[in-house]
Amino acid sequence: MTRAVVTGIGIASPNGLGPTAYWRATLHGEAAIKPITRFDSANYWAKIAGEVPGFEAGRHLQGRLLPQTDHMTRLTLVGTDWALRGAGVQPNDIPDTDIAVITAATAGGYEFGQRELQKLWHQGPEYVSAYQSFAWFYAVNTGQISIRHGTRGPGAVVVSEQAGGIDSIGHARRQLRKGVQLALTGGMDSSLCPWAWVAHQASGCLSRSNNPKRAYLPFDRDASGYVAGEGGAIMVVETPESAAGRPGTRIYGEIVGYASTFDSRMPSREPGLMRAAELALRDAGMDASEIDVVFADAAGIPELDKAEAEAIKGIFGPFGVPVTAPKTMTGRLFAGGGSLDVASAILSIYWSAIPPTVNVENPVPEYEIDLVMNEARHGKVKAALVLGRGKGGFNSAMVVREYR
Amino acid sequence: MSRRAVITGVGVVAPGGIGTKAYWKLLSEGRTATRIITHFDASPYRSRMAGEADFDPVREGLTPQEIRRLDRAAQFAVVAGREAMADSGIEFDQLDPGRIGVSLGTAVGCTTSLEREFIVGSDRGKYWEVDQSYAVPHLYDYFTPSSMATELAWTVGAEGPVSVVSTGCTSGLDSVGYAAELIMEGSADVVVTGGTEAPLSPITVVCFDVIRASSTRNDDPTTACRPFDKTRDGLVLGEGSAIIVLEELEHARARGAHIYGEVAGFASRCNAYHMTGLHPEGIEMSDAINIALKQARADATDVGYINAHGSGTKQNDLHETAAFKRSLGAHAYKTPVSGFKSMIGHSLGAIGSLEIVGSLLAFEEDLIPPTANLHEPDPECDLDYTPLVAREKKVNTVLTVGSGFGGFQSAMVLKKVEGAGR
Repeated sequence: MTRAVVTGIGIASPNGLGPTAYWRATLHGEAAIKPITRFDSANYWAKIAGEVPGFEAGRHLQGRLLPQTDHMTRLTLVGTDWALRGAGVQPNDIPDTDIAVITAATAGGYEFGQRELQKLWHQGPEYVSAYQSFAWFYAVNTGQISIRHGTRGPGAVVVSEQAGGIDSIGHARRQLRKGVQLALTGGMDSSLCPWAWVAHQASGCLSRSNNPKRAYLPFDRDASGYVAGEGGAIMVVETPESAAGRPGTRIYGEIVGYASTFDSRMPSREPGLMRAAELALRDAGMDASEIDVVFADAAGIPELDKAEAEAIKGIFGPFGVPVTAPKTMTGRLFAGGGSLDVASAILSIYWSAIPPTVNVENPVPEYEIDLVMNEARHGKVKAALVLGRGKGGFNSAMVVREYR
Repeated sequence: MSRRAVITGVGVVAPGGIGTKAYWKLLSEGRTATRIITHFDASPYRSRMAGEADFDPVREGLTPQEIRRLDRAAQFAVVAGREAMADSGIEFDQLDPGRIGVSLGTAVGCTTSLEREFIVGSDRGKYWEVDQSYAVPHLYDYFTPSSMATELAWTVGAEGPVSVVSTGCTSGLDSVGYAAELIMEGSADVVVTGGTEAPLSPITVVCFDVIRASSTRNDDPTTACRPFDKTRDGLVLGEGSAIIVLEELEHARARGAHIYGEVAGFASRCNAYHMTGLHPEGIEMSDAINIALKQARADATDVGYINAHGSGTKQNDLHETAAFKRSLGAHAYKTPVSGFKSMIGHSLGAIGSLEIVGSLLAFEEDLIPPTANLHEPDPECDLDYTPLVAREKKVNTVLTVGSGFGGFQSAMVLKKVEGAGR
């Protein structure tokens, strides 16, 4: 079976731009959930978020791209540039039809869309941007990456709420198996504008606390919802043969297992997360005992935390594996969250360290999970399981392993 | 033994009628269902026409809560999904739910609901800071289109892989291609797939207006969409849904199911050219066609009918005509081509699935639906576009293509399956 290795990682996270800055901050437990600056939150009950600081799109992208892109597309394009640079891929290294682009989306370029809706209804149809037809829609990031880098292979966009960031990478691996050499994949998301914020508040999932240290507390007895954030990861995933074509290419790790499942709405049925994890392990041909860390979905909503803890306990036994949720530092990044977790798992393997879960002080004892709290754990990490869930019933699991 | 993905059930909501029968009647008679928009007052806009579905959710059996909760596009998907389930003859509650998946295509999701709620929350765009006290309970479901896959998954009882595939105007082809991959790789035995779209709201109309992609033949809406005709002046929007039950071949055979056809080949390409423009050479669409044919183990000369994208823009007509010639060579000139958008308009992320279903029905009926409104062929488009009147022809292999904003080009090869009787 065709293998899939990660050779480039582009990260834009509330606690760091680029894999080096991100990893340093994440290992040190640097939390980046703060009062919202992107818009005036005075009239909204939720007032904190994980914003990506210091990102000046104009420093990275040509001026002509700015009027036609939403913030999330700008993050995506810059993240893709970084991933390609990290992987040492130059134009013409690889035939353009042998490169796939597979991204995840949740709500598209929402801020762009709000601006154009406002123009339409307040000023009139003649004021609407010529770019509205594509700048907001779910497919935009894949299209823009393809144009920017001249890739003419397969393109796709998957939407499965917050599980999509994992699904996109799973679908990218599928493309490698179908014959392409390299895929640009993952998700970067942002929906920090008033119109999106009203929707986030309506989800019923945001924490009612506006104390950045007490708002998002997965597995904690005080869990009360999550905090929204922006950012994510775009990765270069390719076959080992493709990577070998560029001597000296660093291989961070390998994607060895993936599965997705869905929760029935019937309460009599078991939630599907554990099944997704088992299927991903089976796909990887691995036993649970070979997993050194679980990057949890960590919903921060008591019943979902309980279900996830039961799934982890069901597979690994009580306190059977270290569990962590570095997203407690950034908030949940929607289509970007699963991808950033996969990137974090890959970096854990590469740097032999498990980043901590922050702010959680009182994990629910009955969950019986070994939550990595406060401080990173150093030591060999050979393989990791990444879990993700999306509102509506989506479950995804991915297994990554050191490359050998 | 490699696994194959076959279609055993179809369901449709389309302009001109609800249900597969009404849809086929329209297509086979070559009638058009485009008209002046009635969903809202379109008089301020440049293009004021669309293919509208006469859809009454109460008559279609949706409950009051479903009607309140679901965007119109999700309502379409549930109704078409129920028809497809019944048509397949599968007793879904007898299957292992973990082996049932859903892959749903949509380009613009719940836009109509979002625009409606935006107008209220912002008081017609007066406030940037949208008023939180006007948020409706299901606003977050409109915010992300994955909620529509959730609804369809609930309808069929799926607990396997479930996702939305959103690649603009190729979503309806790509979602089915994705579903076929799930079956072939063994992740599911049955995938309920297809596309849905209900994009007819001012913001969508305006975004095509401002780039002058849509037709302005507002005085003659029933003949406004004229693919391959030299008098064409743009696309006409549409709405609808087609849902398809895709099943692993042996699974279908074991229960003696009627098989419409096989998804024998599928490929998508990015054109790396322009978010809305198309290069007249059609290289990437041709690449996609070649790969799909190869996967289907079909030669160009096996293709008996080409279901075109046929959106009604000049750049599209030249682009796909070039792609067909590039891939099929001399055989392109001998192969009937037709475009359904001339009859039902362009329903963005749904149309690819509607075109698949129409192509499957062409298999069933040995009849190729025409391209409506094609009276004055564009001399630069010199293939056989099946003008005006359906044509009797026994076809075993169909090529259907799609092209979308973002540069997406997709091709699917559908084949008749031996011994599929009914």
